[in-house]
Amino acid sequence: MFKGKAIKYGNNVDTDVIIPARYLNTSDAKELAAHCMEDIDKGFVSKVKNGDIMVAGKNFGCGSSREHAPLAIKTVGISCIIAETFARIFYRNSINIGLPILECVEAAQDIEEGNDVSVDVATGIITNNTKGKTYTATPFPEFMQEIINAEGLVNYLKERTE
Amino acid sequence: MTQKILAAHAGLKEVKVGQLVMANLDLVLGNDVTTPVAVNEFNKMGVNDVFDKKKIAIVPDHFTPNKDIKSAEQCKCIREFAHEKGIENFFEVGQMGIEHALLPEKGLVVTGDVVIGADSHTCTYGALGAFSTGVGSTDMAAGMASGKCWFKIPEAIKFVITGKMQKWVCGKDVILHIIGMIGVDGALYQSMEYTGPGLANLSIDDRFTISNMAIEAGAKNGIFEVDDITLQYVKEHSTRTPIVFKADDDAQYSRVIEIDLSTIKSTVAFPHLPDNTRTIDEVGEVILDQVVIGSCTNGRIEDLRMAASIFKGKTVNPRIRTIIFPATQKIYLEALREGLIEIFIEAGIAVSTPTCGPCLGGHMGILAKGERSLSTTNRNFVGRMGHPQSEVYLCSPAVAAASAITGKISSPEEVM
Repeated sequence: MFKGKAIKYGNNVDTDVIIPARYLNTSDAKELAAHCMEDIDKGFVSKVKNGDIMVAGKNFGCGSSREHAPLAIKTVGISCIIAETFARIFYRNSINIGLPILECVEAAQDIEEGNDVSVDVATGIITNNTKGKTYTATPFPEFMQEIINAEGLVNYLKERTE
Repeated sequence: MTQKILAAHAGLKEVKVGQLVMANLDLVLGNDVTTPVAVNEFNKMGVNDVFDKKKIAIVPDHFTPNKDIKSAEQCKCIREFAHEKGIENFFEVGQMGIEHALLPEKGLVVTGDVVIGADSHTCTYGALGAFSTGVGSTDMAAGMASGKCWFKIPEAIKFVITGKMQKWVCGKDVILHIIGMIGVDGALYQSMEYTGPGLANLSIDDRFTISNMAIEAGAKNGIFEVDDITLQYVKEHSTRTPIVFKADDDAQYSRVIEIDLSTIKSTVAFPHLPDNTRTIDEVGEVILDQVVIGSCTNGRIEDLRMAASIFKGKTVNPRIRTIIFPATQKIYLEALREGLIEIFIEAGIAVSTPTCGPCLGGHMGILAKGERSLSTTNRNFVGRMGHPQSEVYLCSPAVAAASAITGKISSPEEVM
């Protein structure tokens, strides 16, 4: 269960604005996190608190395959992303690094910046504590849930080979 | 067609949309941005060897020749990894090219293959009738270790191509037209499949460009029905045997879209999304600071020939910086032998060694605040080529060349 304040963005947030290529000459997660979202929201890194939940519209994470994008979001302290839809490579990458993401049109549209939100990833139930509403996201197929539970594909594969 | 390739590589007779399958991989690709992260993940897996030394390709092409100390360290990391694991297809500066132009040229991808690459434009090889798609670094690491990757079987959109393109129109205009029509998430999680009598009028380079930008419509892949043009290309570049998969006549599609090539005009994508397109006659006056011709989308020999046919005997607008990037060393050499490089230099253009540099705002052509670049690359997101308040417009090599001469976005007819 995750609980935090919502930080909201629009449609088609691309990986170039999540982490601009000028910072991709490193794979250090903390260094990447320091520049997360800076081209569309300069104040993001200073306002985000550990556990906060990112909420966005359609096609979140479109563009490049850089895993640095979900890694920066995870490292900066975001616990979970809710969007109407995700771009497919971003979707894979998030699951592979153990960053929970949920597709839910209703929640993505109704939750406002600063709302207090709780998420139960296993059931897909999202609660907006500010508005007193609940929404249901499509839960993950079992296989993906197992990868998330293992906190990423590497651990998942290791657990299976050990 | 995608479903059949994935089924065959998963050892299944048939598959259904939405089914999760584990497929065997024919090639795993990475570059100097994504491979260092993959190396980290690979080392965490506790595996010693890669699954097949011949079936991994590592191409340092993004920040190469290295632009700074940090990028040199990244390249050093992957060079040492490739050496230590005995990876046969590591392409050093001097032999390399932009990965998606290089791998087909080297014969590393053939018809019927399943390829993953830690680079979103890995979808390019759909031009050869292969299934190829972009993944992240962790998938690359798992692929290098196991030779397998999980996929969700996608739905398909069928594009029935008819007609013949007008003069100065090319594959880039076709794909910009399609993305403008269906949107940047118009093919989300789906396969874009091209068929129809018009394929005979699309060269292999046109097809590479069209498959390359499938990701800009959100697609998993963009794949062409195999014909003589495909098989001729594969025969000339690889000793491997192509395996031809063909869609069933009664195959199900989520949509069928007809594209008559003869009706497509030169097309430009305005900032800041590739689906924000206008045909050349609707562009208005857009004054430029820079023109870039190259990239995995449009740095192939036909692109350079098209640009050279416009630049011949002319010079670029002195206010404009024009930079041309042949996509591989082989293409560079061909352009040199054909006299294209001489035409470019005489026109006042900087010709560069192959690199992804300017396309992603890495190096070699970064924009200052408020500057505008017209580019044959694939993305025009906020800050893509430099300052967050700069602008990128996407177009074909012909429109880029004409515009470099006039200093504003122009159609080739204006200068020819």
